[in-house]
Amino acid sequence: MRLLFGSFLTFLVAAALGLGATWFALTRGTAFGAVQIGAWTAWPRTGSVDIDPYARAGIARTGELPIGLGDGITFLARTDDAGRPFDGRCDVTVRGTTPAARFWTLTLYDPEGRLVANSANRYGFTSQELVRAADGSFEIVAAPRARAGNWLPTGGAERYVLMLRLYDTPVGVATRAGREAPMPAIVARTCR
Amino acid sequence: MIRWLLWLLGGIVLGGMVHLATVLALPVTATRDAYSRLLPMTPVNSVVPLPEPAPATALLPFADPAFAAAVCRYDLTAAPLKLTAPVSLAYTSVSFYTRKGIAYYAINDRAAGRRVIELDLMTPDQHAEMPEQEDVTAADRLIVESPTRTGLIVLKALAAEPGQMASARRALAAARCRPQPQ
Repeated sequence: MRLLFGSFLTFLVAAALGLGATWFALTRGTAFGAVQIGAWTAWPRTGSVDIDPYARAGIARTGELPIGLGDGITFLARTDDAGRPFDGRCDVTVRGTTPAARFWTLTLYDPEGRLVANSANRYGFTSQELVRAADGSFEIVAAPRARAGNWLPTGGAERYVLMLRLYDTPVGVATRAGREAPMPAIVARTCR
Repeated sequence: MIRWLLWLLGGIVLGGMVHLATVLALPVTATRDAYSRLLPMTPVNSVVPLPEPAPATALLPFADPAFAAAVCRYDLTAAPLKLTAPVSLAYTSVSFYTRKGIAYYAINDRAAGRRVIELDLMTPDQHAEMPEQEDVTAADRLIVESPTRTGLIVLKALAAEPGQMASARRALAAARCRPQPQ
């Protein structure tokens, strides 16, 4: 009887722990070799054959096609610089400069990777269509209501993520720190 | 008490094994990966334009809406493949993915250095079987080896401004991927 209970406990713990850890790893996007600069994180190896098993499982689950390293690199931000998750009801500014690249795009998605519907039909910016300051820096404001300048509509979504993609860039596996790749700062301001 | 702790420890060790096994098995068993999603709408060995990402039609998650995209779902079983893609105004890239969505090669217009990106895609076996002379005479031929027989080629053209989307789509519409006569 004791043997039965004992093995039952073992299998219960094994199933809960094993499946729980897998679910946690895949939904949180755990992958090795991350390059973290401010609030931005990139996984350069995910765009190559050196992709780790967690990222493999991740793309198999979501159906995403990661950007190949010869094409570019993706930086993902889920929170502002203070670590607060993005809230579509708040104003969030993305300000500064980006690493060297021929082109870049900034796109707003819901956490599942879908575009967020909005009345302006704007889902992101490319490096070509931004209004910039005299020194070449830019400021994009993700906000629920229209505003002057580079307005990125949040559609009032409760949670969203930002993706900054650099195309034809030297940033890659060898990049270590923000000095080599200056990423824009993300600051949350007023909420309504 | 000790006995129960041992049972618990056994559970933790077994749990670790379950975790590793499920992570490794997931790509093999996945039915909603990129290849499977594209399967119904892409005839084999031909370039098909992908619908523009919009809130309602998220065919593949995290697709970049600034790009026009087309895909060639390939099968190299019969013969190697020849891919030609004219470059667009701003930026054009060609990325190669295995059946499981792993990006094994990508090239952009600048790296290709021409008005038209031209590539030969083949398996390592087909590459080895190629007559050597041909390899020499066609020194500037770009040959890509696919680790799997089937996979995806994704062609992307950037519309740096919304007004360029039509011309980016036109550039991709002229792209071809077809089996090479041997």
